[in-house]
Amino acid sequence: MMSVGQPAWEVVTVADRAEYWLESHWYFAVAYMILAVLAVAAMVVALGMGLIYGERKIAAHFQCRMGPMRVGYHGILQSIADTIKLLLKEDIVPERADKVLHLVGPFLTLVVTILILGVLPYSPLLQLADVSLGVLYLTALSGLSVLGLLLGGWSSNNKWSLLGGMRAAAQVISYEITATLALLVVTMFAGTLTLSGIVQSQAQGWWVWRAHGVGLLSMGLFMIAATAEINRTPFDIPEGESELTGGFHTEYSGLRFAFFFLAEFINMFVVAGITVTLFLGGWMPLRIGNWETFNNLMGLIPPSLWFLGKVVVMVFVLMWFRWTFPRMRVDQLMRLEWKFLLPIGFINLFAAAVIILCKWYFFPV
Amino acid sequence: MDYFFVLLFSGLAVLFILGGIILSYLIAPHRPNRIKNTPYECGEIPLGSAWIQFNVGYYLFALLFLIFDVEAAFLYPWAVILRVVGFPGLLEVGIFLLVLILGLIYARKKGALEWV
Repeated sequence: MMSVGQPAWEVVTVADRAEYWLESHWYFAVAYMILAVLAVAAMVVALGMGLIYGERKIAAHFQCRMGPMRVGYHGILQSIADTIKLLLKEDIVPERADKVLHLVGPFLTLVVTILILGVLPYSPLLQLADVSLGVLYLTALSGLSVLGLLLGGWSSNNKWSLLGGMRAAAQVISYEITATLALLVVTMFAGTLTLSGIVQSQAQGWWVWRAHGVGLLSMGLFMIAATAEINRTPFDIPEGESELTGGFHTEYSGLRFAFFFLAEFINMFVVAGITVTLFLGGWMPLRIGNWETFNNLMGLIPPSLWFLGKVVVMVFVLMWFRWTFPRMRVDQLMRLEWKFLLPIGFINLFAAAVIILCKWYFFPV
Repeated sequence: MDYFFVLLFSGLAVLFILGGIILSYLIAPHRPNRIKNTPYECGEIPLGSAWIQFNVGYYLFALLFLIFDVEAAFLYPWAVILRVVGFPGLLEVGIFLLVLILGLIYARKKGALEWV
């Protein structure tokens, strides 16, 4: 299927290495496992702090403010100070709340985020695990994430929380269908579900433009749906502070609130990472047709930097959304999904299938 | 092995959160009182519990979602081997989806997609 002359990228995941050493030197395998876990833990902390600082600074500059300036040079240590502050805050659980489920809420939300973080392909040599169900795994987990919000909202025994949790449930499950339909298009073009396989199938060009228009439409649909799934403005109605005080996390304080917050910010990275992997070529360098010199030059930049650069751009776009679009109303939100995005998604899916089967290619796929 | 790593990551997540909560429990102050522990209701004394029966408008959407999500699970295998099954496959999936889409149109005509 793939044309000749594409650079060969061999993907070796950390899980592969661990499996390789398991027979002869099991302690190497264990070392790789510990390394992988530590890497994810470090990423959660670093991403959380970095993204919160980035969001505050970018938001400030969108509004002609300076943002955090006091702690460290240009407020660079602000996130660390905030973490310590949240750690020292009293953890208040309302007296008639369901104590167990109140704890499970932030738990589930963060677990889902960490599980997705662990399978993203960062570079051919830097992928922790490459699950064979790839895209389906992502879909399943994003469906699970709603449970955390719903439990958090319900268990607080607070009317605001309950409404926020219910809204979150309705919103996330609705937009998940569109996200799934958009991801299906890429699966059809790539012919595989594994994330590394999808990245490798984009060696000749990224699906966003090589998929003949349906790719671009899918990416648009996915970006809208994903923004709604991670409850970011303009779809942040589950926690709309002007209507529901705090939505599902009204009754959370201290570190439990911090976990909700952390998951929300890392989800931004996760969504950017999924978009980049599926539509923007993952760690693949930019290639343009027969411009050999250009392609070779681009190939000099290491794949991990490509991935990071693309993700940073996508995260910035997500933050940009927040300061561009006003928040939607609940009924507008549901109408947008069920009456516009869903039919478009289905038509897009069929168009993609017909394009592939009829081989209506403007250039080889 | 890949799924074992997924298991490891979930273990990490549990440890991460439990560790954080235990640490915060050890160093954070803990002085509950009656007023602090009442659910927040804009400063008013809350009227009754939040766990009451009310008309969950989201329920219909959840039902519709269930159908379409299961359908998506069926579509993944088809998408992977699209080039193998070819047009007969597309036709079959088309019939399958047509039934679901008819259901969606019916729900729309009935006004189930209107937010009350």
